[in-house]
Amino acid sequence: MNVKALLLLIWLPFAATAQGFAGLGTQIDGFSVPQPEPQFDFPADHGAHPDYRIEWWYLTANLTAADGTPYGLQWTLFRSALAPEEGAGWSAPQLWMGHAAVTTQDNHYVAERLARGGIGQAGVVADPFEAWIDDWVLEGDWNTLRMTASAPDFAYEMNLTAEGPLVFHGQDGYSVKSAAGQASYYYSQPFFAIEGVLQLPDGDIAVTGNAWLDREWSSQPLADNQTGWDWFSLSFDDGAKLMGFRLQQTDGNNFTSATWIAPDGSTTPYEDGALVATPLALNDDDVPVRWRVELPQKGVDVTVAAINEDAWMTTSVPYWEGPVTVSGSHGGTGYLEMTGYE
Amino acid sequence: MTRATLQALLSHWWRNPMQLFTLLAGLALATALWSGVQAVNAEARASYDAAAATLGEGQYDRLVQRDGQPMPQATYVALRRAGWLVSPVVQGRLDGVRLIGVDPLTAPGGIGPVSLGQDGDVGAFLTGEGQLFANAETAARLGDFDIIINPDVAPGTALTDIGVAQRLLGKADQIDSLIVLPAQPKTQVALSDVAQDLTRQPAQGGSDIGRLTDSFHLNLTAFGLLSFAVGIFIVNGAIGLAFEQRRPVIRTLRALGLPMRRLILLIGAELMIFALIAGLIGVALGYLIAALLLPDVAATLRGLYGADVSGTLQLRPVWWLSGLAIAIGGTCLAASGALCQLAKMPLLAAAQPRALAMAAGKRAKVQGVLAFLLLMSSGVLMFTADGLIGGFSLLATLLIGAALALPLILDRVLAASSKAAQSVTMQWFWADTRQQLPGLSLALTALLLAMAANVGVSTMVSSFRLTFVDFLDQRLASELYVRTEDQTQSDALIGFATGRVDAILPIQNADTDILGQPTEVFGARDHATYRDFWVFLQSTQNPWDTTFDGTTAVINEQLARRSQLTLGDAITLQGREFAVAGIYGDYGNPIGQAVISEQAFAALYPGISPENYGLRMPAEDVPAFVAALEAATGIPATQTINQSGIKSISLAIFERTFTVTTALNVLTLAVAGFAILMSLLTLATMRVPQLAPAWAMGMTRRQIGRLELLRAVLLALLTGLVALPLGLALAWALLAVVNVAAFGWELPMYLFPADYARLGLFALIAAALAALWPARRLARTPPADLLKVFSNER
Repeated sequence: MNVKALLLLIWLPFAATAQGFAGLGTQIDGFSVPQPEPQFDFPADHGAHPDYRIEWWYLTANLTAADGTPYGLQWTLFRSALAPEEGAGWSAPQLWMGHAAVTTQDNHYVAERLARGGIGQAGVVADPFEAWIDDWVLEGDWNTLRMTASAPDFAYEMNLTAEGPLVFHGQDGYSVKSAAGQASYYYSQPFFAIEGVLQLPDGDIAVTGNAWLDREWSSQPLADNQTGWDWFSLSFDDGAKLMGFRLQQTDGNNFTSATWIAPDGSTTPYEDGALVATPLALNDDDVPVRWRVELPQKGVDVTVAAINEDAWMTTSVPYWEGPVTVSGSHGGTGYLEMTGYE
Repeated sequence: MTRATLQALLSHWWRNPMQLFTLLAGLALATALWSGVQAVNAEARASYDAAAATLGEGQYDRLVQRDGQPMPQATYVALRRAGWLVSPVVQGRLDGVRLIGVDPLTAPGGIGPVSLGQDGDVGAFLTGEGQLFANAETAARLGDFDIIINPDVAPGTALTDIGVAQRLLGKADQIDSLIVLPAQPKTQVALSDVAQDLTRQPAQGGSDIGRLTDSFHLNLTAFGLLSFAVGIFIVNGAIGLAFEQRRPVIRTLRALGLPMRRLILLIGAELMIFALIAGLIGVALGYLIAALLLPDVAATLRGLYGADVSGTLQLRPVWWLSGLAIAIGGTCLAASGALCQLAKMPLLAAAQPRALAMAAGKRAKVQGVLAFLLLMSSGVLMFTADGLIGGFSLLATLLIGAALALPLILDRVLAASSKAAQSVTMQWFWADTRQQLPGLSLALTALLLAMAANVGVSTMVSSFRLTFVDFLDQRLASELYVRTEDQTQSDALIGFATGRVDAILPIQNADTDILGQPTEVFGARDHATYRDFWVFLQSTQNPWDTTFDGTTAVINEQLARRSQLTLGDAITLQGREFAVAGIYGDYGNPIGQAVISEQAFAALYPGISPENYGLRMPAEDVPAFVAALEAATGIPATQTINQSGIKSISLAIFERTFTVTTALNVLTLAVAGFAILMSLLTLATMRVPQLAPAWAMGMTRRQIGRLELLRAVLLALLTGLVALPLGLALAWALLAVVNVAAFGWELPMYLFPADYARLGLFALIAAALAALWPARRLARTPPADLLKVFSNER
């Protein structure tokens, strides 16, 4: 069985039909659709929402070793539903995909896992919280979390401690993605302190840093004419944070959105057009790895540059994801994700 | 002008439909033979590839439950959660079809040939009622399922999602085996801490049987090459004749002012069209041949390889394109010489009826020198060739040299016979036969090659069979083999078997290196079994006596060849020296092997204890013993191998191999017979002027006809006498040079005189049958026609 072809069909119908990255633009009957003014219910909403088509638990971290060397880390669990229902056994329609990565200045280690939800090989339980695929685990009470991933060439085990509140994007967690009204539920915990050990081919490295966990679910968050996105999560030296994304459209225009996060966790959402992100330089594969990011309302005009330009995720659904440095009006670090550049 | 010329050229065929038929049929038959063999080969290989790809059979390590039973699905999930990258497989039989269930999300990349195309419905495959993938033949055997036809799925196999397979096979929550992915994560819990009942079976890389299959394929390929050679000769003959017969037409056209260039172009175009038509017919015929042969080949390979080969044929572009290429290429090759001659021909060169014979006379000297040189170089190659290229060069020089030499040899023999002739009639008969030789030589060469191929290939296959049966006797001398998993089982086995069987022969081995060659060292217990059954290629007087004393070792042929060891040379194991006392054939084994005594082995490799045991007992007691063993010790039947079963399967395989070989033999002979028929028919009309004087002097037409028949049989007999040594030389080259180069071991050659005699008889019958009709025609030539010869005499 050609897994790649299978995945392309599940996740990636966009190539031929320009229906958005990872099938996110496709409309499938029967799934629930995000509604404005959401009422979240925790811890239940930390768990899976099988009646929505796609969902993720997405953690990125900027890490530093004792000698000051920067590292990036990713742990992601995707859920994709073939039908808006749960079930037991192999025929259950919930499919899971895990991505893990460690980025150094010279290398980018990537691993992927795939599993079906009905047999217990992967899943997310809200209380006590545990998200897992195979031996990869993210578990705890959201004040503290334990996280592991392992691959033939790398592994890590990390502990996370929340140092601030949950943050809700858009209108209280209802994040609009297009002028036509496509939207997702989207909240984050950007205030994790993280420490642990990276096992790399050259040896073990103890690291510390800060991590950002995104939670998002929807059934059709992209409009038909949107083919990918550029997503920024920036942590400034003064404690403030900025989440911003730019959705690429086939008409040549972009749709942008941003959330300004004050050091105390209070948020200011910005609608389309407030955030301006401009590519400055491409890497060898024509992926923009230097950006100018502006949010004039907050006096932000920074250059975002990849620590390792070659942070391409060689997974079934390929994309670019890696740690960045921030300079200009604000200094800091962050993560950059770019899709739709294949 | 072009039109008129074409008309003139084609009108020749119109007036001589028999010649057109000869040309087309010759080409078509040659193509058919070639493409038929190729089709069988291509089909078998494609089937292997499909089988190998389905589940990467043998490519990956597997985890299975020790008792051979399915494991609970929970074990799979527990292993995944413990960091084991394993993928579950469920398999069973459904309507006689092997149904394999896999999980596409965890299976290693490239497993299974099936890819869900753009039209594939993922939901339908992973969830819901489920889809099955199978080739058309298998699909027809399955009942009412949602089947996606895919020719790349191994024959007799259907592939589906694991959940669907569990449901169809009634194996809910059960897994038969787990594929272990080659790259495992850095952190992982030990297998014994997760699933104690599982045992890891290593991947079966380069299995012995696989090697033997390669050998069988090489045989088929060799047959393909030989039939190609036969075919090229026939094509060459057909085209050469066509040119000879049209010389008058060409002369007239040239005399009328047609430029040579255009004439050559038009003839070339005409021939290409014929080649294309004949090629298409040939490919269709080849398809027919292959379709008839394939079930037997499939059965042979199924037994040999253990993998299914589809019994149905697909139109693979590889072979029908190669078939057409052969037809066109062969025509070009044959026509280029003739066109060259045409270009050089003086404008008004007369169309002599004996042009063929005259030309042959002039060419004879060149041909003789060439044949001599080729045969000489093949003689040199026999002693020096040691690679595949050398081996095939040897085959080529032998074949071409012999083909070129045949007319000359026959000419000499006939000349000598003519001198020895007693009566005038016989003298005329010999002389006339000699005179006809140039016209028949191409057909006779085809017969020579067909017979030589027959002798060669059947000698090879039969030798292969005899050797392999001996080898089985030697290697599977014990009636029962038992594999134990640990010392406890070994002790239990020995305890139980002692007193119940004639002998217990522990088989223990260690992997090592001898003179840089990876080698398995075996420790053998002193027992008559070894002395009785092992056949040595070379040995000292009593190799086993000295070996069991601990002073010598016996090694396999592979090790001897690669390390250039001979009897008496020393090999070193763990610092201790052993002299080589014997070299044995070890067919199919890719690596070296050495056998030393049990005591010496225990001293050198104290950490290794035997895990395999050969048990000697009356063959009929084996089933009862296996059952009693399981009851008493818990060692299951899955850990035992009953030798007689393996042997009978192996022998059945060879019977099928023979069916294939015989069928191909008959076909080649038939083609050669056809060539003779066509040559004789063509000659018949030209020969009337030569026969008329014999008739005028009082021989009856019936006598003349009888002599014609006798002549064909005689020529076939003489050709057969040349073909026999040639075929044996071919067989020797295949066994001793090509096989060694390809696989590292030599097959001993055996002779099968009865087979050769039967073959000779067939050839004579074929020649007689071919000559029957032309002879009858000559015998019934109206006297008026014979008389006309004298009135028309130039």
